[in-house]
Amino acid sequence: MAASSTSPSPATAGHHAPRPNTAGTTAPSARMSEPPLGAIGMARPRVEGTAKVTGAVRYAADEPMSELAHGWVVTSTVTRGRIRDIDTSATLAMPGVLGVLDHSNAPRLNLDAGSFFGPDGGMHLLQNDEIPHSGRPIALVVAETAEQARSAAMALRVTYDKEPYDVDFSLEHPAARPATAFFGEDATVGDVEMEMAASTVVVDERYVTPEAHGAAMEPHSATVWWEDERLQVIDSNQGPFLVAMTVATLFRLDPKQVRVRSPHVGGGFGSKSGGCGPQLVLAVMAATMFNRAVRVTLTRSQVFQTVSMRPATDQRVRIGADAYGRLRAIDHTAAFEVSNLADYLENCTELSNTLYAAQAIRTRRTAVPVDILPPYSVRGPGATPGSFALESAMDEVAERLRMDPLELRLRNEPRVGPVSGLPFSRRNLVTCLREGARRFGWATRDCQPRTRSDGHLLVGTGMAATSFSAGALPSTASITAEAGGDFTVAIGASDIGTGARTALTAVAAEALRVDPERIRLLIADSDLGPAWSAGGSRGTTSWSWAITGAAAKLRSQPAGATLPLTVSFDTTESLGALPPMERHSYSAVFCEVAVDPATGEVRVRRLLGTFAVGRVINPLLARSQLVGGMIMGLSMALHEEGVRDPATGRHVNGDFADYHIAAHADIPDIEADFVPDYEPGDPSGIKGVGEIGTVGTAAAIANAVWHATGRRHRTLPIRPDRVLEEPPPQ
Amino acid sequence: MKEFSYQRPGQVREALALAADDGARFLGGGTNLVDLMKDGIETPTRLVDVRGLPLDGVRDAPDGGLVIGATTTNSDAAAHPEVRRRYPALSQAVLAGASGQLRNMATVGGNLLQRTRCGYFADRSQPCNKRSPGSGCSAIAGEHHNHAILGWSDHCVATHPSDMTVALIAFDAVVHYETLDGTHEIPLSEFYPPVGETPQRETMLPSGALITAVTLPGAAASPRSRYRKVRERASYAFANVSVAAALDVNEGVVQGARIALGGLASRPLRAHAAESALRGAPATADRFGVAADAELSAARPLRDNAYKVTLARNLIVAVLTELAHPAE
Repeated sequence: MAASSTSPSPATAGHHAPRPNTAGTTAPSARMSEPPLGAIGMARPRVEGTAKVTGAVRYAADEPMSELAHGWVVTSTVTRGRIRDIDTSATLAMPGVLGVLDHSNAPRLNLDAGSFFGPDGGMHLLQNDEIPHSGRPIALVVAETAEQARSAAMALRVTYDKEPYDVDFSLEHPAARPATAFFGEDATVGDVEMEMAASTVVVDERYVTPEAHGAAMEPHSATVWWEDERLQVIDSNQGPFLVAMTVATLFRLDPKQVRVRSPHVGGGFGSKSGGCGPQLVLAVMAATMFNRAVRVTLTRSQVFQTVSMRPATDQRVRIGADAYGRLRAIDHTAAFEVSNLADYLENCTELSNTLYAAQAIRTRRTAVPVDILPPYSVRGPGATPGSFALESAMDEVAERLRMDPLELRLRNEPRVGPVSGLPFSRRNLVTCLREGARRFGWATRDCQPRTRSDGHLLVGTGMAATSFSAGALPSTASITAEAGGDFTVAIGASDIGTGARTALTAVAAEALRVDPERIRLLIADSDLGPAWSAGGSRGTTSWSWAITGAAAKLRSQPAGATLPLTVSFDTTESLGALPPMERHSYSAVFCEVAVDPATGEVRVRRLLGTFAVGRVINPLLARSQLVGGMIMGLSMALHEEGVRDPATGRHVNGDFADYHIAAHADIPDIEADFVPDYEPGDPSGIKGVGEIGTVGTAAAIANAVWHATGRRHRTLPIRPDRVLEEPPPQ
Repeated sequence: MKEFSYQRPGQVREALALAADDGARFLGGGTNLVDLMKDGIETPTRLVDVRGLPLDGVRDAPDGGLVIGATTTNSDAAAHPEVRRRYPALSQAVLAGASGQLRNMATVGGNLLQRTRCGYFADRSQPCNKRSPGSGCSAIAGEHHNHAILGWSDHCVATHPSDMTVALIAFDAVVHYETLDGTHEIPLSEFYPPVGETPQRETMLPSGALITAVTLPGAAASPRSRYRKVRERASYAFANVSVAAALDVNEGVVQGARIALGGLASRPLRAHAAESALRGAPATADRFGVAADAELSAARPLRDNAYKVTLARNLIVAVLTELAHPAE
């Protein structure tokens, strides 16, 4: 069907993940021969919940250490240029100061180190005098206490030679270039222009989303020391194994020399997934230089300045449809910011390739290099801003056809991947749409905008459909059958607050046919072997597959084996043997908003999502994650925005007073529920739930604001000043 | 962070003596001062903690008004039954500010003295005339989406962040303070000088003076008063625009009005022009709009904050309409 198309496989359609080897031939193992025990599907509170709410767990900056030194990061105050001089004299004379690291004395790094997208200059700190973006770490002041380090850092005298900068991103930017085809080529199916010409209605609009930050509650922190020729690291990240590999590459160490642990992580949202955070790069340098244990913890402001964000996007979507609402053509051009320091793909057109049937589909992804920190995955990368554009445009098609936007979606269900031509593993979007509409009471909705009010408020409803690519990535687990009848399950997984410990305990218990009480789960340690990160909605699927594989291997051991007995299982071959298919989770999101046209205030009154996310391991935790995702989508629709200074190009709202995330008072009653679903390409039938809650929500809210007011908001966030209406002339 | 000494006196005279040093600052709840100290914006050599002084609590004034002690927390002031009964807009204003945790710490005296939330003021790497006189104003050409539209000068376009003072100024509040020379008072309407060429001079309070109380005159009691604040999320954000108002309507005619505006200038503004335009006028939305226009005709919006003119106008009309027609 497609001459040139993406080819969804577990790795390709989604997320910043390496491609699995597709040449393997081994069939997925761990086929169940006995009925499951029922550990999966049970609503259990998270195993570390009590320890967390009583403050007993230790996050990366909490670990007590003797002889610990502290590093304080100094960041550039100019947007582009060169460091003329760093005068350390006053700083070095201050109490407790051990030294200052800067480009004149820092260890030299391997400049090949980076992410899946290639070398990442964002990690190559203190290597030269160049300032590539505002907030660039330019020095680390190391002292006996954090207070001394901070105080001494304030005394550092840095002078710059400023150079012109460019942070003025747009689709028309002269430096715009085709984006990396890391997740497959752009789509070219059918004749878009011919289909547009034959369409009854054509929507052709631009949609703009701002820079957005992960905004995890726990600021990034790393503690590093050398111990018997091994680098020991406690770091706040989303995947200790991949971080350890990155550190080894960056510092030219044998991977066996690096051990990274991340026992508890206070949220990631992508901001702790980009290989190796600045806190860790600098802490390793300082621990090496001063031969001390060193802790570097970023302030909130430094997190905003130095940790990757979602890039701004500028998208043009054209959709042509016939009078019946069948799509003839989808043409989606998506530009996003990249840094001059590293490549990256914000894969905004992902949903346009797979969500709806159309005679012609064309997608074009455009990268625009500007003088900013390298962007990276944040909360449903690509799909989230892409969904806002696509699902807003679909609502505009429905508007022009005077058609129910729900019905428009139902009329465009594809039988196979519209671009790939591949079959869907399990496509339950229609169930989500119908069940969500039933629960929400959608059927009585008047499609005309600005017809409902409540006092002086305008009331409207909106919806969006969405998908998110599902799959798993190579990981290794080992299980030890202990002499006492317990099982030790070890995997380099990461629990960033989602409940991974609890979910994986249930998966192991079911796979081993034992009570969860018998499972001792070890995670969050790179020494436990290769494992994928908590990212791309692929953490639980990747780790569960490895655990079920190891459990099957253990159960196939001959009876009477000597205990303890350890087996391990690497999923690489099984994943490679999966037939290529369109594998996605699905959701439909419905919402009601009230808008005060006099003040521009938008309040979401109701938000309901129905989700097809495969088999649900733990409904309590999965629902919590989906509700959290919908809150992030609400926050994206109405609040979040990284603001740059028009006069200096610097990021100016880097704290939680000014970078607005939704407050509790913004959050209505949110309903999230599941429709029956199962992923045949996964041994446990599961798909990820990490990101799909976020993806469709912003468009559903924007569509509801249109329905309430009659005005489209194609630029996020939908701030009061953008909604506010002039009073009618007297 | 610079080293400083800390003292917690039990008597006002003692506090004033301790604060006679140039580098001394009074510490209330510390919700603003301590943050600014961490960032090196405020660099006191001595902190004189006023929370041990006998200045806490709300009591009746002889004229039927209230005396609110300077160290009364924002939470206690907002929750006080007589504040809520006689000056409900004040209670609403305090509750519209900050968060529960901050209001439990922050004091009424400290609230009057809080510094602007202009991002350039808090960023030592950038010019700011308020922080570093003569260095320039970064906001005029920079990010000023939530800056002033009224009363600003080429030296500073920052706004005053307090919600509480907007309601206080609507109620003709008076600030009481003490110096080593004795006790003094100043109407809140005169407490904040115009920006002019000295944005670093934020209040008329003499150096070393200690705010002891804020009084609300009995004549200003307005059991039907209202505070409304528009901001970019439902809680925990500074105002884009806020309005405190009370309206006295008899048989459809406005007898008197109290209107104050927040988020528009370097200080809370009493809307005298709007109040005059309303006196004797019919209590209709049209006339409310005329009154709002009278006040806002002086507005000089910056490049990116013209929305505040419309927002302020609409908000004044909305609040007055609500007060005139409580059933709607």
